[in-house]
Amino acid sequence: MTLEVGSGLTIGLILGTVIVVAAMLIWVERRLLSFWQERLGPNRVGPFGLLQVVADMIKIFTKEDWVPPFADRFSFVLAPAIIMTVILLSFAVIPFGPNVGVVESNIGVLFILAMASLGAYSVMLGGLSSDNKYALLGSLRAAAQMVSYEVFMGISLLGVVALSGSFNLRTIVEAQEGMWFFIPQFIGFVIFLIAGVAESHRLPFDIPEAEQEICAGYHTEYSGMKFGMFFVGEYLGLVLVSSLITVLFFGGWMGPSFLPPIVWFALKSGVFIAFFILLRAAIPRPRYDQLMSYGWLFLLPLSLINLLVTGAIILST
Amino acid sequence: MITLFYLAGAIAVISTAAVIVQTNIVHALLYLILSLLAVAVVFYVLGAPFAAALEAIVYAGAILVLFLFVIMMLNLGQHTRDQERSWLSARMFVAPGIMSALLLGQFLNVMSQIDQDMTITRVGVMEVSALLFGPYVLAVELASILLLAGLVSAYHLAKK
Amino acid sequence: MFKLVKDTLISQVVTLWGVFKKIFVKADTVEYPDQQPYMFPRWRGRIILSRDPDGEERCVACNLCAVACPVDCIALQKGEMEDGRWYPEFFRINFSRCIMCGFCEEACPTNAIQLTPDFEMAEYVRQDMVWEKEDLLIDGCGKYHDYNFYRVAGKQIAGKDKGEALNEAKPVDVRSLMP
Ligand code: SF4
Ligand code: SF4
Repeated sequence: MTLEVGSGLTIGLILGTVIVVAAMLIWVERRLLSFWQERLGPNRVGPFGLLQVVADMIKIFTKEDWVPPFADRFSFVLAPAIIMTVILLSFAVIPFGPNVGVVESNIGVLFILAMASLGAYSVMLGGLSSDNKYALLGSLRAAAQMVSYEVFMGISLLGVVALSGSFNLRTIVEAQEGMWFFIPQFIGFVIFLIAGVAESHRLPFDIPEAEQEICAGYHTEYSGMKFGMFFVGEYLGLVLVSSLITVLFFGGWMGPSFLPPIVWFALKSGVFIAFFILLRAAIPRPRYDQLMSYGWLFLLPLSLINLLVTGAIILST
Repeated sequence: MITLFYLAGAIAVISTAAVIVQTNIVHALLYLILSLLAVAVVFYVLGAPFAAALEAIVYAGAILVLFLFVIMMLNLGQHTRDQERSWLSARMFVAPGIMSALLLGQFLNVMSQIDQDMTITRVGVMEVSALLFGPYVLAVELASILLLAGLVSAYHLAKK
Repeated sequence: MFKLVKDTLISQVVTLWGVFKKIFVKADTVEYPDQQPYMFPRWRGRIILSRDPDGEERCVACNLCAVACPVDCIALQKGEMEDGRWYPEFFRINFSRCIMCGFCEEACPTNAIQLTPDFEMAEYVRQDMVWEKEDLLIDGCGKYHDYNFYRVAGKQIAGKDKGEALNEAKPVDVRSLMP
């Protein structure tokens, strides 16, 4: 069986793997979190609680799927579909291995940024159409947060783009043959990491859905599978950000040859997924204005300086 | 490729028309986003991937998010919808219709003089950047000064 | 600048490391249905009615427990046997109201009503939470092994006349002139 970029088999495998991994992450996250909090976590359904995902899925599929009568029906139904579509589309340009991927795109990085910015609509429409004050507050916060952090996300990537001289993610991976980009671009890496967390609004930057302050934020009114799509979308976003970090800063599929490339890719992304879960376990949520001023007053200048220095070094060598 | 072009073009035209006649402002914005994305596809098909990506990131991804943000703050309800509907009378379309017809005629006139079988040249990121920082560097600098002035004045207004 | 870096980066990294180390710490969880926790004998759980060492019902239907109960979940009816002993004709506890406060046990003069360390009382039908005397009565003495109310109390029953109880003085003959 040979895999090649863009064949139907590859696309199917990638789609299936990504969705299954995202669903399994529900279980992985709960178990890891509980280990870090000296608990055991879900361990009842199946061996080690592995089938908890199935139980959750059955539950969420059979829940009543309710559209509030006061909601704007069209946008309400559209919002969860947007987030799933946008994130699944982003996976199209990610090179998972030397010959595994969906499309070869010369504007891969830009495509992902575009998709990330379109993802903001899902959150905003979800909150706006719910006609609920908590949802509205959540989506207001989400809009400001996502628009701001997109900026630093884009700028922090440009160092990598400048070093490899291409927007094509496969070329970027191949350019890391000698040295992984997280060494020359360490600041860019850190900014991208922070912006990635904010962009997928996971803890500690889950201000749009801060349970303690505004119920569940933008998805307060959602139930059943529509809520499930927001939920899985969040985990898909986590997988996406982890694989992006792997591709952009940690050499993608490269690694010693005793393991196949795709396994290296999975291992590296897995480490980052675990790291994001650790972030959730360890770090408290900042206040909203702290988040904004941290972004605009600290991360933006830092990423600009990083870009300038990178450009100067490239020009001088 | 050419069918994709016509498809995206048709979507863009229809959704732009929908923006005008839609009375629910959020739906109108959604159509506007759709129209911008369709234009991005048109750009891509015509061989300008960079312009397409920027169209999606900047217009659909940032500017319209801010539009939506403002709409959220304004608390528009049924009464604005009724107001919109009362404005949407046929009388209102006369002047814009005449002007658009003039523009269309001019456009068709220009288009008829262009060679029919143009070859599509792909303009990648490199070419765009080389142009921006080569022959058009003055325009870029002027635009950046304008934006800087805008930024400073926005800061000044926000401080009050 | 240095303080900002310290607050935003260094302290976060220290926190992350501290939490990460917890993965090697044994979990505190007690896996309950597989691993039964030790219940202390004085735990206030399911209520029983006990018998005295002779095997007779201890409860004398004095209604003190029903009065003491803050949520009024005890209901009983007094009955009397031929030998003079009192007993509850029915004795009903509504466990869906009971708050396991233990006041009934405190109030009972005969140590009949007692709380036990059993807490697994969930039911699917709410009506099953109402327990009758047959359900409540056990065949032992519970926590107090040698207490027998009728042996220490002055109440006259068949086979035990006035003054024959433990440590009880003979009744005074009020018609006699002797001191
Ligand atoms: S434990 Fe408290 S609530 Fe329960 S029956 Fe006894 S007195 Fe009533
Ligand atoms: S259980 Fe005790 S307090 Fe309650 S009626 Fe019987 S003897 Fe009296």
